[in-house]
Amino acid sequence: MLILTCPCCGVTAEETEFHAGGEAHLKRFGPGSSEDEFHDYLFARENPKGVHFERWRHANGCGKWFLAARDTVTLEVYGTYPAQTHEPPQDIKDRISARHPGWTWREFA
Amino acid sequence: MSEPTSPLAGAKYEGFAGVVAMGLQGMISLRGDLGAEALGKAVKAVTGVDVPAPRRIAMKGETGAAWMSPDELLLLVPYADVATALERLHEMLAGTHFLAVDVSDARAMFSVDGQGVREIVAKLMPVDMRRQAFGEGDFRRTRMAQIPAALWMPQPDRVQIICFRSVAEYAFNLLKGAAAPGGEVGHLS
Repeated sequence: MLILTCPCCGVTAEETEFHAGGEAHLKRFGPGSSEDEFHDYLFARENPKGVHFERWRHANGCGKWFLAARDTVTLEVYGTYPAQTHEPPQDIKDRISARHPGWTWREFA
Repeated sequence: MSEPTSPLAGAKYEGFAGVVAMGLQGMISLRGDLGAEALGKAVKAVTGVDVPAPRRIAMKGETGAAWMSPDELLLLVPYADVATALERLHEMLAGTHFLAVDVSDARAMFSVDGQGVREIVAKLMPVDMRRQAFGEGDFRRTRMAQIPAALWMPQPDRVQIICFRSVAEYAFNLLKGAAAPGGEVGHLS
């Protein structure tokens, strides 16, 4: 079971208090984009064995969205950070690097 | 005119702790910039307390304010005073970006009293109920079995729980089950 800390209210709780919201850091391709870009935006998702970035919502708490970096194999949580972030914060990246040197995830490494 | 009634109208249960469906409680949901001076003054004027810190509740007599989220407070006032309090809030916050709504009749409130209240909560909610982790003045929104709920401890060995009115009966039954004699765990007392 995952134990997440909501960066908005500071509550640390297990995953049943939260709701998973799919992959984090998606870039929207809307009107004016190519069909391939739009297709990938809609359907192409990462499905990694290891480091993953996700959106979560503190559904049974403060109700806010946030982002989480975790490991899909060990369920280790590297950290949670505000949803208003375009890139994982450096300290979370460092924590992942300590565990998985040379990791990559989409454009992040 | 129909008279306002509290959900379950004072239903009671005596197990190893007492569960009471409480009467009418005035509640105002207030959203806005919690750091703003105007909001702080309005909250003080209506409830007599300062804006509480995150995950805390401040009470003064029958009124108080609870921290719901980074932009939301729940103001507690006597049921009869809600209209005046709302008027006051709208007056004092005019011109700022805020929302104040009477949610008194949309909620149900329970009180659980007795030695094992921490255990009763721990059975139903994913909350660390050890004394050092949750105490007087703390306020927590979470889930109670399958429904959203919020709780605080106005005094040691007493928990107050707020949930939606539509699920009041479900909540009462949950608390009854958790407080049933023979269900003492003895781990958190």
